[in-house]
Amino acid sequence: MDIGGVIDYLIGFAIMAMIYAVFALGLNVHWGFTGLFNIGIAGFFALGAYTAALLTSPPPDPDQFEDFIFGGNLANHGLLDLGVDAWFLLGLAAAALVCGLVALIIGTITLRLNDDYLSIATLGIAESVRFFFLNEKWAANGSKGLYRIPKFLGDVVAPESYDYLYVVVVLVVMLILFAAVQRAVRSPWGRVLRAIREDEVATAASGKNVFHFKLQAFVLGSMVMGIGGALFAHHVRFLSPLTFDPLLATFVIWAMLMVGGSGNNLGAILGAFVVWGVWAGTQFLPGVLSDPSFRLLMIGVLIVTIMLLRPGGLLGEWRRIVERRPASVAGRDPAGPD
Amino acid sequence: MHSVSSQPQNLAGPSRRYLRRLGLRMSPGRISALLAAGLLTLGFLPFIKLGLVVNGLILGSVIALGAIGLTLVYGILKLGNFAHGDYMALGAYVAFFIVDGVLPRVGIEGAGLGPFTFGFPVLIALPLAAVVVALGAIALDWLIYRRLRDRAASTAILMMASLGVAIAIRGLVQLIWSGETQHYPRESRQVYHLPMDVRIPPDGLFVAVLAVILVAGVYALLTYTKIGKAMRATSDNPTLALVSGINTGRVVWWTWGIGGALAAVAGVLLAVVQAQLLPIMGWKFLIPLFAAVILGGIGNPYGALIGALIVGVSMELSTQWINPSYKPAVAFAIMIGVLLARPRGIFGDAL
Amino acid sequence: MALLKASNVVAGYGGTEILHGVSIKVNAGDVVTIIGPNGCGKSTLMKAIVGLVSVWAGSVHFRGVDISDQDPEQTVRNGLCYVPQTDNVFPSMTIRENLEIGAFVRRDNHQFRIDEMFDLFPDLRRSARRKAGTLSGGQRQMLAIARALMLDPVLLLLDEPTAGLAPALVEGVFKRIQDINSTGVAILLVEQNARDSLRMSDRGYVLSGGVNQLQDTGPALLDNPEVGRVYLGG
Repeated sequence: MDIGGVIDYLIGFAIMAMIYAVFALGLNVHWGFTGLFNIGIAGFFALGAYTAALLTSPPPDPDQFEDFIFGGNLANHGLLDLGVDAWFLLGLAAAALVCGLVALIIGTITLRLNDDYLSIATLGIAESVRFFFLNEKWAANGSKGLYRIPKFLGDVVAPESYDYLYVVVVLVVMLILFAAVQRAVRSPWGRVLRAIREDEVATAASGKNVFHFKLQAFVLGSMVMGIGGALFAHHVRFLSPLTFDPLLATFVIWAMLMVGGSGNNLGAILGAFVVWGVWAGTQFLPGVLSDPSFRLLMIGVLIVTIMLLRPGGLLGEWRRIVERRPASVAGRDPAGPD
Repeated sequence: MHSVSSQPQNLAGPSRRYLRRLGLRMSPGRISALLAAGLLTLGFLPFIKLGLVVNGLILGSVIALGAIGLTLVYGILKLGNFAHGDYMALGAYVAFFIVDGVLPRVGIEGAGLGPFTFGFPVLIALPLAAVVVALGAIALDWLIYRRLRDRAASTAILMMASLGVAIAIRGLVQLIWSGETQHYPRESRQVYHLPMDVRIPPDGLFVAVLAVILVAGVYALLTYTKIGKAMRATSDNPTLALVSGINTGRVVWWTWGIGGALAAVAGVLLAVVQAQLLPIMGWKFLIPLFAAVILGGIGNPYGALIGALIVGVSMELSTQWINPSYKPAVAFAIMIGVLLARPRGIFGDAL
Repeated sequence: MALLKASNVVAGYGGTEILHGVSIKVNAGDVVTIIGPNGCGKSTLMKAIVGLVSVWAGSVHFRGVDISDQDPEQTVRNGLCYVPQTDNVFPSMTIRENLEIGAFVRRDNHQFRIDEMFDLFPDLRRSARRKAGTLSGGQRQMLAIARALMLDPVLLLLDEPTAGLAPALVEGVFKRIQDINSTGVAILLVEQNARDSLRMSDRGYVLSGGVNQLQDTGPALLDNPEVGRVYLGG
């Protein structure tokens, strides 16, 4: 590989790492700052990606996609003929909106109840989204997938150097989201989130509507994830339901946040680069190390180890997470005084 | 929930008393709701394929074995165990290892035992797999969850750790047995034909009968043995159990042992019913498992049993109208419906 | 020698210290009452003694043995039983099962003890098969005490046994406590009904802000004008 090839590879790597960083930021809003347990990231990933893809792709070629009746650039259906590039931005917004809406529905149902229900529900959402796009061929061509997703500003540069442009686009979006999330969690609103994470009962006692704050955090994080999905769609430019398996669309992102440190946005981005670096780097290794099953095993071991040793994350345990739980079989009674 | 039953004890007939002992108290509201549901079912009966109900009960038996263990762990350890489905898969694969790799070396082979597709080796492997997974679940508790409890870690941390365990088990299974489809040695068999176009595969009958036996065993254990009562007490009120002198460590071990063993059996039976093993089979089963647990009320094993049958039948019946691959989504929809209408499950959350 | 001796106990929850050095003493066969304003650490002291809350400093001796680091399970075996103020029964289990759980550490046949409890609390015998969660507040309190008595303890810790009960029932509870005490069981009581409980107490302690405020015999505390003004409503 010549030096140009190496740089091309690194650019491709950086794009994926930054897209993952966007997801890690979204997950940080859920878990790191509010303590919400989302194990269905893949669902928001897929929703964001498909929303963006369906809004911007050219309409299906009837000769090839008999079942594929929906989709295609709305402009081509005579609506809002703004061109592909404007639709890219609208697609990002729509992806965020769709994910936010789904999060609003699921959150409204589950967040009033025990925290555990949210995590089970997110798992259900992820699987249901997958089933939907797999079975409903009319919506997005089923398992054959969408593969004419356009580039943003594709006319500006030559196809072979397009990644050099897109890496900047992703960087800008990621930085904007980073700034937005950072601003949100540093605000009084964010302080309430952290208070909920540390001690929900006390926060509720101080007159805060815990449910509303949790719901807002869940929606915000899911919207960030939706934008990540949209960025992903325009990068790989091919989507099939099989793209969004739990390993690459949920578990890897958890590993990133765990490594980077929950409750730390810079750490989340760093974690995305480190984990994706290890992931991408090890695929050149011989034998078992590049075996996907072995990586799955290692991610599991990594998560358990971090939970046992440093629940705040490997790199960035900036603030100790005060842990609390109801009286349990072996724990001493943690209830408040008298 | 507990104060609703205001009927004097002497009015309670034997059947009601029996239901009450199962934790299924009958209030007038509940009876009328059940009646309404029954009438609705009767009204739909002409449009329902009875064969699907039978399939649903078989699937429900498998869900029940997994869900009872899951709900016991949930109630007693306050842990929604995301690895429970993968304990099932592990059980199925351990049995596969015994059937495929160990027993043939000592000359035990075969398929198509009597009316069943599987052979004698599966019957040998079934209890062995149950023991292996039970011990594995206890070992994992000792290695991981015990430490987290000692630290008084939050439920979210416990669940996160169980997610890590789930991922690791699946990776391990995939690493050892590959991600390819496997199956126990089998011979095809005739299904039983009953009137009204009902077909029962003999394997399904085996699954249902074994499930009934095991559920009865769990019931006896929880109702009549000292450790069973201690488990229910711990689930009810952990602090009071502690100051009653209950050795909660032993309760925890028994809970994991029972949960792990039932999960392993459920995994083997699932592999028999589906006629295949896949590393992801357990993970995909999580949503029906949790749906059954939530439907029955967290911590209530009898509720989980009923919930499992409802979920199983609904999943199978849905295929009459919608694409069969939506079956898990049906379980999810039931779960969301329950969370909306009766978040504590249809029977409350008591053991 | 004192049956129970807590010396300069410091304890709390998480990072919050509630008890800043409390000392109490219970002699065999005595009734001892602890009174004090809400949040003064009465319940925390009970939990620290039984081992549900860890003792940060100071010591708790029971029958001459240091139990400040002991698991509740062992403490219970040695004859110190505890009735929490709330959540003090197993709601989904029957009354009989509740009593059986109370006898969990007994290896002998405990049926005779269940019968003794039914003699002491006839109400419970009549509804032995009812689930504890369906009982009225008074019955529930009786069951909670009966459960703790299953082990034949030498010391019974009662955390506000009359809290939330109708005034008519309160007298009955105190009567039963005296009955239990007359069989030789020492009782350490936290109470809001300070007047009734001090009257039957051999000793009384007043806690305030996590430290000892006053201590004396029960009747003497009753006559103490300061106690009268602050805790007995004048």
